Amino acid sequence: MHMEFIKIENLFFRYGEEDEKPNTNENYVLEDLSLSIEKGDFVAIVGHNGSGKSTVAKHLNAMLIPSMGKVYIDGMDTADEALSYEIRRKVGLVLQNPDNQLVAGIVEEDVAFGPENLGIPPKEIRERVDEALKAVDMYEYRLKAPHKLSGGQKQRVAIAGIIAMKPDCIVLDEPTAMLDPKGRQEVLDTVHKLNRENGITVVMITHYMEEAVTADKVFVVDSGRLLTSGTPQEVFSQVELLKRHRLDVPQATELCHKLRACGVEIDRLPLFEDECCALLKEVLA
Amino acid sequence: MRDVTLGQYFPCDSVLHRLDPRLKIVSLIAFIALTFCTFNYASLGIVCAMVIAAVLLSRVPFKMYLKSLKVIIIIVVITSLLNLFYGQGEPIFEWWIFKVTWAGIHNAVFVCVRIVCLILFSSVLTFTTSPNDLTDALERLMKPLTIFHIKVHEIAMMMTIALRFVPTLLEETDKIMAAQKARGADMESGSLISRVKALIPVLVPLFVSSFRRAYELAVAMECRCYQGGKGRTRMKQLKLMKRDYISMAVSLLAIAGVVLCNIFLLSVR
Repeated sequence: MHMEFIKIENLFFRYGEEDEKPNTNENYVLEDLSLSIEKGDFVAIVGHNGSGKSTVAKHLNAMLIPSMGKVYIDGMDTADEALSYEIRRKVGLVLQNPDNQLVAGIVEEDVAFGPENLGIPPKEIRERVDEALKAVDMYEYRLKAPHKLSGGQKQRVAIAGIIAMKPDCIVLDEPTAMLDPKGRQEVLDTVHKLNRENGITVVMITHYMEEAVTADKVFVVDSGRLLTSGTPQEVFSQVELLKRHRLDVPQATELCHKLRACGVEIDRLPLFEDECCALLKEVLA
Repeated sequence: MRDVTLGQYFPCDSVLHRLDPRLKIVSLIAFIALTFCTFNYASLGIVCAMVIAAVLLSRVPFKMYLKSLKVIIIIVVITSLLNLFYGQGEPIFEWWIFKVTWAGIHNAVFVCVRIVCLILFSSVLTFTTSPNDLTDALERLMKPLTIFHIKVHEIAMMMTIALRFVPTLLEETDKIMAAQKARGADMESGSLISRVKALIPVLVPLFVSSFRRAYELAVAMECRCYQGGKGRTRMKQLKLMKRDYISMAVSLLAIAGVVLCNIFLLSVR
């Protein structure tokens, strides 16, 4: 049988469960969530602020443990504390604020932080650091101090710090939320390149639908439940459903959807701008 | 504010900059001790020669050294004067309660030169070694202390993180100040007390956000498999090079010179 790399089964989660007297009135942040991700995939998890998507991210590397249900990473149960080190080695997590995840005062030393924790021999760390910095196009900044870099550059350094640990998968928790459009594009391109060239499984958590359309598969999370999932085409053609849950769709999709509602005959909903242009030309002709 | 450099590091490519930071720290300690073990002019001369050589080799502008000397000039003057007037022995000059003796003059010269050398030696270290290298070297030098259950790695880690976050927090202070000013806060006028009070609305948000940052950083470190110093390797390996051995030899020669001068030449006092 084909084995999924990440498998979430009926995940329930609420905060405070690990306390001695759990507060049973606390609402579940995640309710009955199931999804699976295969090796090499580029997956986007989209949802509102407070929909629980970041909580999902923290379950993927055993930072949070399910209240009920199971999360398996490459067959390992995240609830088993003895495995959490091994799981974090396989799944790297990049957080939202690049400023708060860089540890060292020099770029290359920060990238070396992960491999140093793994106890890798110095010579190999050097190789991994150089490789990782080249992969994110930050090699020439290796001796700079992080605070002199732009937001997008800092986030790329954070990504390099994760890939220097050679994980099978990287989970990015809204990595572009604090960046300007240029930085956002840099990070997005870098992540796509890593997925394409290094075969790293990518789980991108985002609320920008324009970022989600570039994924292989999209999961939509709303109020802790899985609303819908599928290819971007499948997901974003359900414009009514998404709108009902106050979620956006890409502009191109929305335009064609509105035209369709006005009676213009459009057979399919586009995701990208150029796709939309071609489609409209066809209709006008 | 973005260009703050911590400490007094002066980036430049000189032999002293490239020396092993561990060696530099040990040498500094040795030379400070040596400076206070000079009992005649010959040994004092050797120490002075070492200081001058170090200052010249560092290729840091002399202006920088003068700046660090300026801070202690008052201390130097006062201690020299005290020594000058409170020497023992035959007075060569007397006026009112002041009397100057040869011993007093010698004492004054020694105290003055020693303090200046002390400051110059330490400045050479801080000018030629980046704070990152310093913490790194300190961690390695203090490693033997782990047998006394001193958490050397943890201390060094805290220093590294502190160094990393100083510019970030300065930037944040700037932002908060701007935000409070935009809301009508007055920070530039009024008495000293009212100005200090005006800092409270800046410090409180800064504190809150530092705690949030610390929490997030802890999460990020845990995500990167940080488990303390145990089983950790380091990318940068410090290895003594030829230049380190040469400088070590020169330092040892100087120490030997001072010791010999102290033994074979008459002590001034």
